[in-house]
Amino acid sequence: MSQSYPDATSIATSVRGKEISAKAAVAAALARIAAQNATYNCFTTVLADQAMADAEAIDAEIAAGQDPGPLAGVPFAVKDLFDVAGVTTLAGSKINAERPPASQDATLITRLKQAGAVLVGALNMDEYAYGFVTENSHYGPTRNPHDIDRVAGGSSGGSAAAVAAGLVPFTLGSDTNGSIRVPSSLCGIFGLKPTYGRLSRARTYPFVHSLDHLGPFARSVRDLALTFDLMQGPDPQDPVCTDRPPEFTLPQLALGIDDLRIAVAGDYFAKGAEPAVLEAVEQVALALGATERVIIPEAHRARAAAFVITGCEGSNLHLPDLKTRPQDFDPETRDRFLAGSLIPASWYLQAQRFRSWYRDRVRELFQQVDIILAPATPTPATLIGQKTFLIDGVEVPLRPNVGLYTQPLSFIGVPIVAVPVQQPGGLPIGIQVIAAPYQEAKALRVAAYLEAKGVVSAPVPELVER
Amino acid sequence: MTDKPIDPAELVDQLSALAGLPIQPEHHAGVVENFSRIMAVAQLVQEFPLPEDVEIATVFEP
Repeated sequence: MSQSYPDATSIATSVRGKEISAKAAVAAALARIAAQNATYNCFTTVLADQAMADAEAIDAEIAAGQDPGPLAGVPFAVKDLFDVAGVTTLAGSKINAERPPASQDATLITRLKQAGAVLVGALNMDEYAYGFVTENSHYGPTRNPHDIDRVAGGSSGGSAAAVAAGLVPFTLGSDTNGSIRVPSSLCGIFGLKPTYGRLSRARTYPFVHSLDHLGPFARSVRDLALTFDLMQGPDPQDPVCTDRPPEFTLPQLALGIDDLRIAVAGDYFAKGAEPAVLEAVEQVALALGATERVIIPEAHRARAAAFVITGCEGSNLHLPDLKTRPQDFDPETRDRFLAGSLIPASWYLQAQRFRSWYRDRVRELFQQVDIILAPATPTPATLIGQKTFLIDGVEVPLRPNVGLYTQPLSFIGVPIVAVPVQQPGGLPIGIQVIAAPYQEAKALRVAAYLEAKGVVSAPVPELVER
Repeated sequence: MTDKPIDPAELVDQLSALAGLPIQPEHHAGVVENFSRIMAVAQLVQEFPLPEDVEIATVFEP
């Protein structure tokens, strides 16, 4: 963290300590967005007036001797599939732009605002979250702050790039098959995909009900932990949201890793990646003293099953529009949705039954280890417009294959922190720190340990003007 | 799925007719390409023997 880009925790401390006003903190973020968004194309909506009004209210609370909360005056933004009161939820589409504005904020936004955070805008994404690149034909591509000719990853590309560029200290996104971990990896920042059902999805636009997760992006592990802790808790408005009591992770970050059994995922997760990616995995494993290898069985089949469920559930949601106005979809998602809507029921049901079987195998694996390490993406950020890339020396279509390592894991809802390894002279790459269900704290402890050791970090790259 | 070779383009036409989902001519090739990909991965799932007592999790508990 450089002085000029404090993390959310630092900003809140300064605001609560009256070193800076919430208004100044939010105005600074809005100024950065105004100056740089044309370059990166992260935001689809900027809520400048509302944000300044909210910041003034935070300052008034502080002046009155009240505590606005642990995120006092911290600017943040959300993927544009979160409902924001008064704003139409686009979900990256042209079709949903015809809908009326949302009447109420998504649950997670409400919880963050209650903690003093100030929402400054909504962020670009792949249409309906179906993609890994955020090259949106309606709203343009989001550009990677580490190299603006390259993709930010997706589908939460705006969320990752906004944090990587230092426009805001944290954002929210969604992850169905990798959409938090892929852009975290390509943009070189921290991302948390919590356990499936851990965070409420109420009032967010769905992609695949069986697989959708929400989570934060940040430039420090403590910000991931803090924002995650503040968003936890049951919500009857999301039938999948767990009734388990929240487990606060921030107080556990400094516990270290001595009691954790850490292994590296072999086989499927050790094949196909560029050498630099596998070197980054080894670098992280070495720092953690992880020498054991474990095999996650049938990972390739898990990915296949996730692919089938995604195509089937994802397209079912859009069937009326696919029938009547396919030309209004992004061409890159349209044909995938149309194909998905033709999947026979038995394929879908078999994929769902396989999911239960595979979940049990991974549960067994977590009897032997606490943490598993795997690459997040097979390659660092690819070029905007690039259609294919190499996996094991074979040229394959890029879009369906970027989630090679993420898809088999979100499939069974295990919590994962994506940690960024900065490669000198090269592009950053993310590593997945995977824990057993509901063990977010363990994955965050490992991330905090790596961050303290300087093995992973999320510095803001220098802005290169065109 | 059978051992008889399946023409994905033909299958797309039949399934889209069954679903009442018209595929515009300009979208047809892209849909066939994507459906072929789904067929290939679905095969991996279909061929895996699952015990009869493995159930779908209606509300999924990881």
